[in-house]
Amino acid sequence: MAGVRALGVLSRIASRRYPALTGSSSRTFSVASTMMARTHVNYEVKGDVAVIRMNDPNSKVNTLSVQMQREMSEVMEEVWANTAVGSAVLISSKPGCFIAGADINMIQACTNTEEVTRLSQEGQKMFEKIEKSPKPIVAAINGSCLGGGLEFAISCQYRIATKSKKTVLGTPEVMLGLLPGAGGTQRLPKMVGIPSAFDMMLTGRNIRADKAKKMGLVHQLVDPLGPGLKGPEERTIEYLEEVAIEFARGIVAKKIPLTKEKGTMQKLQDYVMSYPVVRNQIYKTVTGKVMKQSKGLYPAPLKIIDSVKAGLEQGPDAGYLAESQNFGQLAKTTESEALIGLYQGQVICKKNRFGTPARPVKTLAILGAGLMGAGVAQVTVDKGIHTILKDTTVPGLARGEQQVYKGLNTKTKKRTITTFERDSILSGLTGQLDYSGFEKADMVIEAVFEDINIKHKVLKEVEAVISPHCIFASNTSALPIKDIAAASIRPDKVIGMHYFSPVDKMQLLEIITTEQTSADTTAAAVAVGLKQGKVIIVVGDGPGFYTTRCLGPMLGEAVRVLQEGVGPKKLDQLTTSFGFPVGTATLADEVGIDVAAHVAEDLGKAFGSRFGGGNVEVLKTMVDLGFKGRKSGKGCYVYQEGLKTKEVNRELDDIMDKYKLTPHPSVSSDSDVQYRLVSRFVNEAVLCLQEGILNSPVEGDIGAVFGLGFPPCLGGPFRFVDSFGADKLVQKMRAYEAVYGDHFTPCQLLLDHANDPSKKFHK
Amino acid sequence: NSQFQTKSKKSLSRPGVKNIVLVEGVRTPFLLSGTTYVSSLLHEGLLNKTALPKDAVDYIIYGTVIQEVKTSNIAREAALGAGFSDKTPSHTVTMACISSNQAMTTGVGLIASGQCDTIVAGGVEFMSDVPIRHSRKMRKTMLSLNKAKTLGQRLSLIGGIRMAHLAPELPAVAEFSTAETMGHSADRLAAAFGVTRLEQDEFALRSHTLAKKAQDAGLLEDVISFKVPGRDIVSKDNGIRPSSMEQLAKLKAAFVKPHGTVTAANSSFLTDGASAVLIMSEEKALAMGYKPKAYLRDFVYVSQDPKDQLLLGPAYGTPKVLQRAGLTMADIDVFEFHEAFAGQIMANLKAMDSDWFAQTYMGRTSKVGAPPMEKFNLWGGSLSLGHPFGATGCRLVTTVAHRLRKEGGQYGLVAACAAGGQVSRDHAVCPSTGTVLWGQESGDLSTDTHTVLMGHVYSTPWFSHRKVFLCYRGRIGADKTLLTGRDRPIRQYRFS
Repeated sequence: MAGVRALGVLSRIASRRYPALTGSSSRTFSVASTMMARTHVNYEVKGDVAVIRMNDPNSKVNTLSVQMQREMSEVMEEVWANTAVGSAVLISSKPGCFIAGADINMIQACTNTEEVTRLSQEGQKMFEKIEKSPKPIVAAINGSCLGGGLEFAISCQYRIATKSKKTVLGTPEVMLGLLPGAGGTQRLPKMVGIPSAFDMMLTGRNIRADKAKKMGLVHQLVDPLGPGLKGPEERTIEYLEEVAIEFARGIVAKKIPLTKEKGTMQKLQDYVMSYPVVRNQIYKTVTGKVMKQSKGLYPAPLKIIDSVKAGLEQGPDAGYLAESQNFGQLAKTTESEALIGLYQGQVICKKNRFGTPARPVKTLAILGAGLMGAGVAQVTVDKGIHTILKDTTVPGLARGEQQVYKGLNTKTKKRTITTFERDSILSGLTGQLDYSGFEKADMVIEAVFEDINIKHKVLKEVEAVISPHCIFASNTSALPIKDIAAASIRPDKVIGMHYFSPVDKMQLLEIITTEQTSADTTAAAVAVGLKQGKVIIVVGDGPGFYTTRCLGPMLGEAVRVLQEGVGPKKLDQLTTSFGFPVGTATLADEVGIDVAAHVAEDLGKAFGSRFGGGNVEVLKTMVDLGFKGRKSGKGCYVYQEGLKTKEVNRELDDIMDKYKLTPHPSVSSDSDVQYRLVSRFVNEAVLCLQEGILNSPVEGDIGAVFGLGFPPCLGGPFRFVDSFGADKLVQKMRAYEAVYGDHFTPCQLLLDHANDPSKKFHK
Repeated sequence: NSQFQTKSKKSLSRPGVKNIVLVEGVRTPFLLSGTTYVSSLLHEGLLNKTALPKDAVDYIIYGTVIQEVKTSNIAREAALGAGFSDKTPSHTVTMACISSNQAMTTGVGLIASGQCDTIVAGGVEFMSDVPIRHSRKMRKTMLSLNKAKTLGQRLSLIGGIRMAHLAPELPAVAEFSTAETMGHSADRLAAAFGVTRLEQDEFALRSHTLAKKAQDAGLLEDVISFKVPGRDIVSKDNGIRPSSMEQLAKLKAAFVKPHGTVTAANSSFLTDGASAVLIMSEEKALAMGYKPKAYLRDFVYVSQDPKDQLLLGPAYGTPKVLQRAGLTMADIDVFEFHEAFAGQIMANLKAMDSDWFAQTYMGRTSKVGAPPMEKFNLWGGSLSLGHPFGATGCRLVTTVAHRLRKEGGQYGLVAACAAGGQVSRDHAVCPSTGTVLWGQESGDLSTDTHTVLMGHVYSTPWFSHRKVFLCYRGRIGADKTLLTGRDRPIRQYRFS
């Protein structure tokens, strides 16, 4: 079955969304207003209210770019100077976006930490002026209000947000290895309380409008409107503006209070928080949690705690100073660079570089209602695509349909959809045992057992019933697509779509094209994947493609490490402390030892001795004994229903004794073991680029992080080579090569980079 | 009868299709929920004609929205209680606010297909006594109790009852599919069409003023008085309250707070009441010596997105039914639209008057046009008279017939929007487009010949869930009150 399965745990870090640009600053606040025509910010006086409208003409979203900030300060000065104006409304003319954050390029353009610190301080000053504005400013928020956008909004006197699904508030800076650097760490704790502020800033999660109202982040909500005499989006913005103007007047007339009467719980919390002992305990607990989850590999969360603490314990001056200095330091860390790289890579991988397909996929058929098939069905049917789920047996089909139901039902429990929406979505799913209705399918994805003969059989069956335009996609993790396509009468319509399990949580989709796959087929597959919400890499054909192939040598090395007497727990600890979200032993259990054995053997045959290392017999013996990983209850660990902790499988000791290897002291320190595992992964990734399997280093990084859980703080194998130094890596590999042979021979491209330090994968 | 021939237009009768006529329509006074009817009393109005032998009614159809669990086929219970022949089949329909429209059009369908000749269709709603359920957990426990075999099982089930189980469950006023209340939806709709608070208040005031005028002039002749046992005779709608713009402006928004525009005064209120019509094939009516009040010519139901276009039915339905009948807006003399909310009516009028809306959302080349106000709801509407969900449709149709006769018009059009309750889609109905009145055919049926049958259920005070269905029969007097022959009910049915 499809290779990398059940990597659920990975998603905790790997599947985090990196919503939008962030940080904040305003370097040009002091620039005197010019007579230049304004393009980004404009204002209109309606009665006694100035309506300030933001609209970046060059982008789909508003960012606090240099120009935006300059025009904003000009407009603000004019509004303050205009005696006819008593209050102001701040609104975006873009549907779906208030301000998505600061302009990342602005931060990246700075050469040193001092410059970034200054950027932060200018932002702080600007928002302080807004906060102290003698004329009340109402922020009317429709769409994303993130990072610097949120910091802007919370320095206004009043906030009104639409209840639209697109309206989200948040401080995603931490996901880019930064912190809210324009007063966010200082204002948020006062506004929403210390615990909520930490939650927002440390997780970076998006907060929907109704939740924001409950937290006290916005004062008032406005419903989005349906069609009227204008389009819904246009009219909604207009309506929001009308309501905001009313409120602005109400504030001036003192009819609308700026502070909300605090509830008993809130008062109680404030009272408790007034004790330094309690606050210190909170800092300690939060720091402990952060250290446990981040293993100390991510500096940003700690700096956020530090900045908040400085503000609360030593007063605002110290707080703002700490915030700006910490912001400056963070902006120049490799972690931040790596995370920003991932964010930008993800944006690239969310675009269809193959253009619009000739016909959109409206009906998708899936063969096999297993974990994978049902997972694909779940992420497809809720996007409004009619989905046919076919299996060969009634129990198999029932299990698959139940999985889809369960997935959607979880969403109703989290209130992201209503029970009505759940039922209405499920009506788009057809479960069946035969091929009826396949003639209407625009695409068929097979998720049947990983055996070339079975794949050929279903391919022939399907091609007998589908219409000529229908695409056949194989969800295989290792079988070369061209081998599968060999049985096809129209190989141009055959493509590989490698999903990662659990499909609804893992963001990556690896699309594999053969030389015969037509461009339109690729475009259609990418379009489907994007609709399913996936981050997509498109790679060339070959055994194991990209992701499975990179994982192969690392798993091989992991087996050798186990044979050398390092226990599964220790192995997990070594890998997680390097930054992998899931330890390698746990990963093997999740993927399935049988799958790992299968893949190791197949790839071993295809690539020869480079894929050696550990003895494949170890895995095979485990499979023979029934230790297939989590699904069979035993693997490297013993899994018991209902128990969260897992014990090491002691029966493994006998196998390891049998295949015992003597460790070489020179290459067996903790650090060496880590680099042995990682260097083989990285070398294979670079080789994939060298061989043209990979189209670009960006896709390589995205694939490794989002599909395999490569440490996000390193930004992916290619960025790791850039930041760690190819020469240093080669040096290490040579040392291991001396002991273990060609498993560690660096590939030519890696050597090229080692020989020429100016060569970088990422410019 | 010359006034009926002021206009002479083509007949909408079609070869091969039976002419179906409205013989009579009546209703009880519409009352604010919980005002005069004591809450333990369910009241149903039904009509009959003395001239019409009880067994001449072929079929009875009733519409209702919130159903009483004990009387799930309320049409049948009401018919039996009202002394109709027990050989007359009856069924209950439901379609939110247009339930009685559905009852009428179902009847029209039965006549058109030759199944029946004489139909009583009506609607009833009793908001003062909606069923309130136990919570789902409690219901589950109670049902399990029935199945429990041993004392131990029972005790363990009873022991499992917690405080949370005891919280009652009120009928949902929110849309099932979107969890949005209708008032909320109306407020958003008004905002989407840019209907101001002022416009809404003005329209509400117009409705109340016109209703008051019509009531005072005795135009609301479909209302029959009703004696509530132990109480006064009720003979007038009690929700009509003409006010001033200043008074209306003082009210706060009722749903979208604080910036909304829909208030208690510019929305229809919760109402108790019932209505009924007698529909026959023209042949049968003439053969039996009736002078029908109107022809029922055509109808159409439409539905839209339940979220954003919940209450826009009339805008979608009107052009469709006009097209079916081959008429234009200018041909219509009388408009009766259901006024759920002033904002909703104004939004519909604006939608009908917008080329952009017609092209973008209705797939039409141009707008149908808004009805002229001098023809529109001239005797008040749901905002002022009240809106018993299930009973409004019959009132609209009867009012159109009466107005056509009074004003000398030829064609009338009824439209209503519906949603809520158990129905998740939105419908507009125009059951009587081409409610044509031919002068020579319409004659004033003297009211004192009517015998009205009324039934009502009340809970006996000694045991609250035991309900007794009481029926009265009597004559309508010259003062339009119901004269019952005796004080005791003619029949009693007991439900427990």
